[in-house]
Amino acid sequence: MSLAKSPWIIHVNVNSCNGCDIEVVACLTPLYDAERFGVLNIGTPKQADIMVVTGSVNYKSVNVLKNIYNQIPDPKVVLAVGACASTGGIFHDCYNVIGGVDQVIPVDAYVPGCCPRPEAILDGVVAALSILEEKKKGNIKGKEVKLKGNEVPSNA
Amino acid sequence: MNMNDILTIVLVLIGAPILGCLASGIDRRITARLQGRVGPPILQPYYDVKKLLSKDNMIVNPSQNFYVIVYLVFIILSLLMLVFKQDFLMIIFVYTVASLALIVGGMSTGSPYARVGSSREIMAILSYEPVLILYALAIYLLTGTFKLTAVLDASSPLLIYTPLIFIAMIVVLNIKFKKSPFDYSTSHHGHQELVKGMTTEYGGPGFATIEIAHFYEYVFLTGLIFLFWASTPIIGVLIGILVYLLIIVIDNITARVYWQWMLKLSWSVLLIISIVNIAYLYYSQAKLV
Repeated sequence: MSLAKSPWIIHVNVNSCNGCDIEVVACLTPLYDAERFGVLNIGTPKQADIMVVTGSVNYKSVNVLKNIYNQIPDPKVVLAVGACASTGGIFHDCYNVIGGVDQVIPVDAYVPGCCPRPEAILDGVVAALSILEEKKKGNIKGKEVKLKGNEVPSNA
Repeated sequence: MNMNDILTIVLVLIGAPILGCLASGIDRRITARLQGRVGPPILQPYYDVKKLLSKDNMIVNPSQNFYVIVYLVFIILSLLMLVFKQDFLMIIFVYTVASLALIVGGMSTGSPYARVGSSREIMAILSYEPVLILYALAIYLLTGTFKLTAVLDASSPLLIYTPLIFIAMIVVLNIKFKKSPFDYSTSHHGHQELVKGMTTEYGGPGFATIEIAHFYEYVFLTGLIFLFWASTPIIGVLIGILVYLLIIVIDNITARVYWQWMLKLSWSVLLIISIVNIAYLYYSQAKLV
């Protein structure tokens, strides 16, 4: 139960339009007060448990995303917030967009919406907590995602 | 070393982190209430430490773990020396070693955030250390010895003779607790200062050790305030709690300042009022009885 009582999140913006970011930060305000569940928005990936990703992944941000994911100690879960992070959203067929976050790193929970309500994000965090506990029990480690160069797709 | 001493050591080792944990929880609760939020449970720091201990230890280099252990051990040592009424000057030196261990640990990681945080912590030590030394000097002038036995056995309180040093010590505690307006080397409860300042590269059990050391530090620093009215322990404890609450309020009503401002404040105002206090003690030949 110790993990579920103090989930520390790291918020990563990979090419988001800032709509989802504002909603993520709104969770910490007095109106929603995520800290009453022990949620802290922590700056460094070394101390984080839940990675909250917003925005669709593109060729500029993919390595940053992989790098931050690799730096989070196990057990860890990834929460994709918003339509772009889940599937690529309206940017899915852009020339520079790879797609949703799950194209690059394993995603455990999705929060749909453009942009999702703060209640939905808090709900997603709570859903991620049970996955975090299961990972701890089953001793499931996140695989290290290999870094590649910023390669450009052949059809670009 | 008799049975009583061993019992005291065990009591300090177990009791201090519990008290520190509760103090930290109350701090987070009060901070939340002052911001119009509900806030986490009082035991939240305990849950945090328990969680951090169950995580993987991800480190940059093995010496990082060593420095964290040194930090914890020397904090506990300085607290034990305070409880056993040892030499006050020696307590300050042992406490400085603990602070230095954390700085070296931050420097050893090579992360730019940790390095900037460590440099700022060095500035913090530079600004509070003279005041602490003058506090020790005041105790020497009043009792003729650096041993704390004289202060604790005296029937009159220290505060009557050292009111200006008491004011300076409140600011020193503010710097040491790493509370706003001096929370720039690293900060508590989720404020992001240079990512996480000195402790950027610590995660899991390493960071948990730092948190536990903070719990001991809370008790140690409140103990320094307790000394001002040690003749009646209940008033001493009350003053300690009041100063702690005052620091939480200051934390919430002030914004972060440049480190230059802290240096100017402590080397002008704090140092001058401390020296005025020392001069008064020297010329009046006042003695603590």
